[in-house]
Amino acid sequence: MRLSRRAAILLRVGTGITLAFIYIPLIVIAIYAFSESRLLEWPPPGLTLDWFEKAFENEGARNALWTSGKVGLAATALALLLGTLASIAVARYRFFGRETISFLVILPIALPGIVTGMALNATYTQILAIDLGLFTIVTAHATFCIVVVYNNVIARLRRMSASFEEASADLGAHPWQTFRFVTLPTMRTAMVAGALLAFALSFDEIIVTTFTAGADQTLPIWIFTNLSRPNQLPIVNVVAVIVILLSAIPVYLAHRLTREESISPRGGTAIAESTAVP
Amino acid sequence: MSRLRAHPAWAPLLIVVGLALFMLVLAGCGDDDDDGDGDTTAALTEVGPGEGELNIICWAGYCEDGSTDPAVDWVTDFENETGCQVNVKIGNTSDEMVTLMRTGQYDGVSASGDATGRLIEGGDVDPVNVDLVPNYADIFPALKDQPHNTVDGVNYGIPHGRGANLLMYNTEQVKPAPTSWGAVFDPAEASKQTGKVTAYDSPIYIADAALYLREHNPELGIENVYELDEEQFNAAIDLLKQQRQNVGEYWSDYTKEVEAFANGDSTIGTTWQVITNLLQDEDAPVENTLPEEGSTGWSDTWMLSSEAEHPNCMYLWMDHVVSPEVNAQIAEYFGEAPANEKSCALTEVKNHCEIFHADDEEFFDQIEYWTTPTKDCGDDRGEVCKTYDEWVQGWTEVKG
Amino acid sequence: MEAAGVGERPQRRSAGRRLADLFHGRRGAQVAAFLAAPLTWLVVVYLGSLAILFVTAFWHLDDFTGEIERGFSFENFQTLIEQDVYRSIAGRTIGVAALVTVTDALLAFPIAFYMAKVASPRVQGLLVVAVLMPLWSSYLVKVYAWRTILSEEGALNWALGPIGLSTPDGDIFRLWLVMSYLWLPFMVIPIYAGLERIPDSLLSASQDLGAGPGTTFRRVILPLAFPAVVAGSIFTFSLTLGDFIAPQLVSSTQFIGNVVYTNVGIANNLPLAAAFAAVPVIVMILYLLMARRLGAFEQL
Repeated sequence: MRLSRRAAILLRVGTGITLAFIYIPLIVIAIYAFSESRLLEWPPPGLTLDWFEKAFENEGARNALWTSGKVGLAATALALLLGTLASIAVARYRFFGRETISFLVILPIALPGIVTGMALNATYTQILAIDLGLFTIVTAHATFCIVVVYNNVIARLRRMSASFEEASADLGAHPWQTFRFVTLPTMRTAMVAGALLAFALSFDEIIVTTFTAGADQTLPIWIFTNLSRPNQLPIVNVVAVIVILLSAIPVYLAHRLTREESISPRGGTAIAESTAVP
Repeated sequence: MSRLRAHPAWAPLLIVVGLALFMLVLAGCGDDDDDGDGDTTAALTEVGPGEGELNIICWAGYCEDGSTDPAVDWVTDFENETGCQVNVKIGNTSDEMVTLMRTGQYDGVSASGDATGRLIEGGDVDPVNVDLVPNYADIFPALKDQPHNTVDGVNYGIPHGRGANLLMYNTEQVKPAPTSWGAVFDPAEASKQTGKVTAYDSPIYIADAALYLREHNPELGIENVYELDEEQFNAAIDLLKQQRQNVGEYWSDYTKEVEAFANGDSTIGTTWQVITNLLQDEDAPVENTLPEEGSTGWSDTWMLSSEAEHPNCMYLWMDHVVSPEVNAQIAEYFGEAPANEKSCALTEVKNHCEIFHADDEEFFDQIEYWTTPTKDCGDDRGEVCKTYDEWVQGWTEVKG
Repeated sequence: MEAAGVGERPQRRSAGRRLADLFHGRRGAQVAAFLAAPLTWLVVVYLGSLAILFVTAFWHLDDFTGEIERGFSFENFQTLIEQDVYRSIAGRTIGVAALVTVTDALLAFPIAFYMAKVASPRVQGLLVVAVLMPLWSSYLVKVYAWRTILSEEGALNWALGPIGLSTPDGDIFRLWLVMSYLWLPFMVIPIYAGLERIPDSLLSASQDLGAGPGTTFRRVILPLAFPAVVAGSIFTFSLTLGDFIAPQLVSSTQFIGNVVYTNVGIANNLPLAAAFAAVPVIVMILYLLMARRLGAFEQL
């Protein structure tokens, strides 16, 4: 698109301002991670790598990181399953109440976390009478992660015409074969993108987790507990910095995957493959 | 597109059936919450071998196992000696602790006085046989058999330690040094530090206002600052709303206050000794004092859950935590007066007990320990006093 | 081996085929099979939990024992409506949520447009990563960082000091600033995706027909991007509406979430908490219905 010089400059300035706004606090956090003082003074009195060492040695932090990883993976898997099933139903069939499904799926993430947390907590402890633990955290997270998988997958399914699946059926493939060789490959990258976003949501979630966690500490809970302890505050900053840096990898992957443009060439190959199978 | 016809399919049926089923469940069960039986079960008569595990709810800093700071650890020794693997759940407020205890998933808790009442009343804790805790004998007599840990002569816990809420001020900004809570409550004085006054962010702070009114507005007839009738309560709320105009921020976790004073955001307000110590360590110009009206404070108690799965481990833990060495460690780490008399000789900072007034009963006589407000005023007014949830609503009003 | 369906049929049908035959033609059964798991979870467990929670809003605490009594009454709603403080808290929360939403939309649009229409694919990739990475940094750490930045001797005063300014006072200002910061990535991504979907040819056509950039923006881009903006606003609005941690850490003021949290945890007054929690829920449901009409759901 051709932009006038003035518009182009304004645009660049606007982008720069927003980027600066986003990153300056993160840079402040990074500086605090190196600060000598426990009390987050500004400017920091001196710089040190001590906190990094303490962070690596900190058992609580390591356990919390591991717990968050486990919870994230499990919740993502569950969200993948439920989200994909729901999106296939909505994209490929017409039935009474179809439009409501999109609404229903977005509710857990649109309603305040404290409401979801209170409600699920009451159900777990009073109605189902189960102990709060990893299971309750995972299921609670999966509830609001479904929507990100659902949205990604359904967008992809809508872009891919149903005629590919019909053609596959016409050529003799039964529904499972069609699913395996035509639908799934097309959805795959959307599923992965949704999964990555779901993992991110689960990883940093604090409010719902507070209500559904028993004795387990996910990373956000560990951070919340340690923000109030002066000795721990710098370690918390270090952990935050490390997580941000590591996150560049999955974020970049997700972006590459969602940029898959037209799916026809792919679909074509898949179909050729499926009919070639004896 | 293929012939997709709208089918009156199973989906709506599923939804309706699902909801119907759930409503049935809802109507049917859901009265599982009266497990707290009114009658108190008798305490244990002997402590058997440890059950191998212990799940406790602690204030941050009470149950250190080395994960915060490898040098601060009194849990690992306990685990090695008794075989009870300790799982700690940190409670950030008394109220959180009460809620957690009600789930029945924990063996014990370090409860402050504003939680103990509710726990005893609700049947969430069992009486504790103090004879089974050898170190109980060495606990300061003034901590034993207090209203917040003993009901009708029955002990419900082992005292842990105690501390007072003090008035802290920035020595450079606040001159002359304050001697009364009027520095934060009297409009004329508080407005000198307007925007930099701070207060503890909890409904229990209403008692502090009542404490001030007890001295300065005797016509209200306030005696027990935790049992306020309508008139007294409203007066306290009004005082707090007035104070609000000068308050810059309220603090609920102590790091917040440390930073506020270090940064100059706050110059005067309620504090704990440990906060003053942390600030003075960083050379901040602060001092604290116990004002002439006295103050509120806390005295914590280790309590045993009525649904404890590992009562033996809990007894062993309670004994461990009030033993002279461990109690000294905790008192120093957290910054409070220890419960065990013998701990005073064992603290690293030699005059720790002096700083925290551990054996200064005159000091603690001026302290009104946190207690849960109840409807029963405990005197001839009858049952007209404000309950805790009314205190909560009042506090919401104050903060606005 | 010949392709199935041509020539003779195979003697035995695989299990997969037989299962497929069972569902063949029965579209209802197919839909049910797909929807069984997700719907059971979402409707029975999630909606059911919400239903129960809101039933408790009609219960109340027994004055004497402090236990929850199940009698049906509007007591809680009366309290909420009659006492000023709850109204002002609700108003404040919704007001800040709206303010944050507008601010984020304004901040997000330039960068989203740049990413979608101007940047080269490589820069685009970098920018997407740059915008999304902050989502991974802990929300709590970010809020705490802002606390120190905004404090008396914090980074903002340090930066503004030399030019004679200082951090503005005021809880609302602080929360507006911090929340706009926190939810910004949630607004950028949908707008970026929405703008990407606008074909370049439309924009060229507009320019060929003589429209300047301003007119093109107003009459072509904005209407087409609007659903995406609404989609992003769902997040900024709802996240602000329900948050209680940021108000607690960065200000002394109360939002709806704080009152709910206090009553659930502290007072164990679940009925009152549930009643007040109904406010953001109703607001969000209305918001979602409006968003759906505006076509935002396709832009998420």
